[in-house]
Order: sequence, then C-alpha cells, then structure tokens
Amino acid sequence: MALLEVENLRVEFPTRRGSLLALDDVSFQIEEGEVLGVVGESGAGKSLTGAAIIGLLEPPGRVTAGEIKLEDRRIDNLSYEEMRKIRGEKIGAIFQDPLTSLNPLYTIGRQLIETIRVHMDLTQEEAKGRAIDLLGEVGIPAAERRIDSYPHEFSGGMRQRVVIALALCANPRLIIADEPTTALDVSIQAQIIALIKKLCREHKTAVMLITHDMGVIAETADRVAVMYAGRIAEVGPVRRVVKQPKHPYTVGLMGAIPMVGHDVERLTQIDGAMPRLTEIPRGCSFNPRCPKVFARCREERPELMHAGRNAEAACWQFDKEGRRG
Amino acid sequence: MTAYILQRVFQAVAVMIVVAFVSFLLFNFVGDPVDNMVGQEASFEDREAMRDSLGLNDPFIVQFGRFLGNAVQGEFGISYRLQRPVAALISERMPATLELVGASAILSILLGIPLGVYTGIKRYAMSSRTILTLSLIGVSLPTFVIGILLIYVFSVNLGWLPSFGRGQVTQLGWWSTGFLTVSGWKAIIMPSVTLALFQMTLILRLVRSEMLEVMRTDYIKFARARGLPDRMINFGHAFKNTLVPVITIIGLNVGSLIAFSIITETVFQWPGMGFLFIQAVGFADIPVMAAYLVLVAAIFVTINLFVDILYFVVDPRLRVERTVSAGGGE
Ligand SMILES: Nc1ncnc2c1ncn2[C@@H]1O[C@H](COP(=O)(O)OP(=O)(O)O)[C@@H](O)[C@H]1O
Ligand SMILES: [Mg+2]
Repeated sequence: MALLEVENLRVEFPTRRGSLLALDDVSFQIEEGEVLGVVGESGAGKSLTGAAIIGLLEPPGRVTAGEIKLEDRRIDNLSYEEMRKIRGEKIGAIFQDPLTSLNPLYTIGRQLIETIRVHMDLTQEEAKGRAIDLLGEVGIPAAERRIDSYPHEFSGGMRQRVVIALALCANPRLIIADEPTTALDVSIQAQIIALIKKLCREHKTAVMLITHDMGVIAETADRVAVMYAGRIAEVGPVRRVVKQPKHPYTVGLMGAIPMVGHDVERLTQIDGAMPRLTEIPRGCSFNPRCPKVFARCREERPELMHAGRNAEAACWQFDKEGRRG
Repeated sequence: MTAYILQRVFQAVAVMIVVAFVSFLLFNFVGDPVDNMVGQEASFEDREAMRDSLGLNDPFIVQFGRFLGNAVQGEFGISYRLQRPVAALISERMPATLELVGASAILSILLGIPLGVYTGIKRYAMSSRTILTLSLIGVSLPTFVIGILLIYVFSVNLGWLPSFGRGQVTQLGWWSTGFLTVSGWKAIIMPSVTLALFQMTLILRLVRSEMLEVMRTDYIKFARARGLPDRMINFGHAFKNTLVPVITIIGLNVGSLIAFSIITETVFQWPGMGFLFIQAVGFADIPVMAAYLVLVAAIFVTINLFVDILYFVVDPRLRVERTVSAGGGE
C-alpha cells in the first residue's frame, strides 16, 4: 500500500467563460519514505497538485473528480477541520520563499511552539524543548539562544531551515516541498536539498519534491513525475527517466540538463511554449511541439501507458495496438 | 530606541514652535485687537496708550518671545469677547470636548475594528456586503446632515434625547464630567455617534483591506499548511499584522475627531472648545483662536509621538533597524 495515492485527479477553476481545466487525470503514488520528484515547466500544474493534496486550493479552484488517499483513507472529501488536523500532522509543506513564509512579528520559537502544541499534547516547556531540538536538527547553531530571534534576524538559507523545522514539527509522514530552493542563493541550494534529503531519510518521511530543476531531481529523487499542461507526461525511477526518457517532452527536458542547477524553464531545446489553459490543443497537448507527432496525436488524448520496463508515458508511440505513423 | 524617541520629541517641539509662530502671526496681522477692545469713538491717543500697555509696539522678536514664554505657561491673554483669561475659558471647555472626542474614539474603534476584521475574513458573506454598503453611507453623508437627522428623529419626533447641551454635569476639581448623571449620558449619545460615524467607517474599511492583504501573504498560507486553527490564524497572525497601519489611522483619527468636533459641537450646541472657537472666529477673538490652535496642535503632536512609540512595541523589525541606525552602524 502506498502512502499517498492520487487517482485521476481533476482540478477546475470556474470562470465566467466556462471552466478552466487546470489538472486533468493526474495519477501517481508516493511510497513510505520515498522521494518523488515532480518536474515541469512553470504553469504545468505542479503547485496546484501539491495544494490539492493538502486541501488548500485557492477558491474558486476545486477538485472536481478523482481521489486522493493517504494511508488508504480518502482525504479529498474531508471537512475543513478534519483536513486541518492532517495538515502539519500527517502532511507538512515547505514553500518557495522562506523570506515570506514566516510571520515577521513573532519569534521563530513562538511559531514553532504553537505549531507543536496544535498537533501534540505537550506543555509549553516540553514544546520549547522539542522546538530547540528541531532547530538543532535543521542546523541552526546555538538553537537555545536563536529560538528567541525574529525571522528578519536570519539569512534566507537559515530561514528556510526554520521553515523545514516548522514542517517537521509533528513528524509528518509526507512533506510537500514546492520549489524549496528556487528563491535561495545558488550556493545555499545544495545545502538545503541535502538537508531535506537527510532529515527525511532519518525520519522516514516521504517527500514530494516540486521543482523545475532537473539537476536537483536527478540527485535527490527516487522516482520522477514529469508534468505538462496539467497532466502527467511520464513517470518512472529517476535513473531510468534520466538515462532513457520515453516521452518526447521528457527527452527534450533531459537533452537540456547539461549541469546541476540549470533552469528547465529557460531552455530552448524544445521549440515553442507550453499552451495556456484556455488554448490546450485537441489530442495530445504536447503535439504542436512534438518532433515525433503523427496523425493520432492530433485527434486523441493519450493516457499514461506502459512504455517499457519501469516506464509509463502518455504518448501514442507506446500504444502497441494502435501504433501508426 | 532612546535616540529614536528623543529625535521624535525634538521634531515634536519643532512643530510646536512653528504652530506657535503661526498663531502669533494671527495676533499681529488678523484684525486689530485694539479695535475690538475700545469703542469706535476712542481717540488716537487712547489707542496708542492701549497698544503700549499691551506691548503691541515692541519689536517683533520681543513680542514673539513673550508670546512663547506665556504660551508655555498656558497664558494666552484675555479674551476680547468675554473679557476673561483665555486659559480659564479653555480649561472650562476642555473637559466637554475631551469627553466627546474620547467617547467617539472608543465608539469608532470598538465598532470599526471588529467589523473590519469580520468583513475581511467573511469576504463573500451577505452580512459583510451589507455592512460595507451601510458603511458607505457613513462616509458620504456630511457630519452636520447626520447630526440634524438624528436630532430630527430622536429629539423632535421621539423626544428621547436632548438636542443640545451636555445635560447635568458634575464638577470633579477643575474637570466637569457628564458621565455621572443620566442626563449627561443621554446628552452625549447623539453627538458622539455623529462624530464617530465617519471615523468608524474609515477604520472599518482600512482594517478590512489590510486583512484582505494579509490573508494573501505567504506566511498566512504557510500557517494554514502547518495546520493552525482559523482562530489562531485570523487573530494571532493576520490581525496583528494589520496593526501598524491601523494604529496610524487611529492616531490620525483621534486628531481629526478633535478637528471635526467643531462641527458636531456647533450642531449640538455642545459647550466645548470647538464651539468656543467658532464663536471666537465670529468675533475675531484672536487670543482664543490662537490658544485653540496651539492646544489642538499640541494634542496632534502628542498623539503622533505616541503612535511612533507604539510602532516599536508592535513591529520587531523596526526595533532592530532603528537601534542599528541610532547606534551609528551601517
Ligand atoms: N487562481 C487561479 N485561477 C486560474 N488559474 C489558475 C489559478 N492558479 C493557478 N492557475 C493555473 O493553473 C496552472 C498551473 O499552475 P501551477 O500549479 O501554479 O503551476 P506550476 O507548475 O508552475 O507550479 C497555471 O496555468 C495557472 O495559470
Ligand atoms: Mg509552482
């Protein structure tokens, strides 16, 4: 049984001119303790997937189909209050910008202690002890003293460590890290990624690591899901995806990662740009940019299908029966 | 922090000197006080004698120095109209104004803040929309119209509340209060509601828009993602972050209540400083006008000073930046 199962998830934004389909038929799983990398261009739907899982889609966005199961229990239809208890306690989250993730008016200690006490039955003193331990664990030096500091008294990298400590407060089973290093200095990015990786290994916490940095994924993740225009284009173990990408979009992405730290978004390896939600073409949404496009791609939308050992890709190339072109 | 406060105090004193100078100019260039004190038929010699005795023929600087010295001691001379010391007139009227302004300030804050928070959190609720629409009336109707409407309904038609005066007041030392009698309480209802309405609307709308702004920030999203209960997020995290602008507006609010109280006091014949001031204007009673100006400025400046200090208490970021710059670093 997987820790998290997302099945046929669909997220829509109702607008005056019809509904925007932002996520369509997204399915994937995360095992206990596993690091799943989620990669794709900006606007592919990575953050929305994370937000849907923790039940914090911004209205009017909402889940209109599919299921999300955590430890075999459906969580997509829970009440706000039930879901609130899962946030932080079962699923932690880390966002992109550590500079703005912390409340500027409270000491980090206060923010840690309130989070700990919301989820665990501890006294103020016990919670403070735990907060100091957590700060030590994420590598804040002199934690007993620094616990009374305000966020602005820390550097960006240190703040992101505090954010990680906050996400770990109640020892969640899964952490959703949405571009946790994008806003940081390049020199600090590797440290933060290494820290997340180490902590999650130690606590056996699974991670959904959202990024558009294929280098980070290659180094950190166990498996990768590649997203394109609100769908999953390909899923598989990281080594296989890097060495033998199946989906033409992934092939393009991989051809475009000469080095660690390089930004997928700025690459021009694949001609054209990802379509906007209102302009998604008929058939496969990648077809106008695809070097291997054939007639069927312009007509029918492919589902994820078996594409060789350890490989699933949403591409008609791999459809045994109907292969043409 | 001490350095910052000292700097603020210094600024406050500078502002007060400028205001004193303006009110001193009033003395010298608006009307001729002697005209007001002697009759039309007084001879030129009589007038000159009077000018000499009032010190009006001394050099400008000497006169300003004397004015400042007196002002510091609360001496503003004799009212032309009432022929009594201005200081005594003002101190008789001040409690009425301060009680009215105090009641209005409390009313506007106690209603404005919770309504602002509520409409900020329950953004799409019908109740919020209703409150906002009603509050628009508060900003768009002039104070005197509201006052007159209230008088028409509650005094003329229903006869529940008095249309003028403070009711029966009780003397506590030099302070006269209306809060110890039923008639005093009845009398202050309409004037304070009239005065508070506009300010309450401003506070409500400011708190609401600040709340909406704060609710969109990353740290509120992150607080949700940490699983904090709504109550903690709304009041502990969101509301506290609206406090700096809200304190600013409340400071300004108390200041403008004093200014607007002139109109309210006139409408309700409230025996306060504003009413005294309006009567003084009609008579070109310069000493009273000058004293009122200086006093109101002093109140404004004090409130501002207080607000600046409150920022420190609320926002830790200011504490650090200021001590750094005050310590001469960076
Ligand atoms: N509030 C919203 N209203 C309408 N569309 C939205 C909203 N939020 C996100 N989207 C759309 O959903 C798509 C996916 O966004 P997102 O998940 O943030 O992408 P990313 O992969 O960069 O994290 C984007 O095309 C974006 O335009
Ligand atoms: Mg994103």
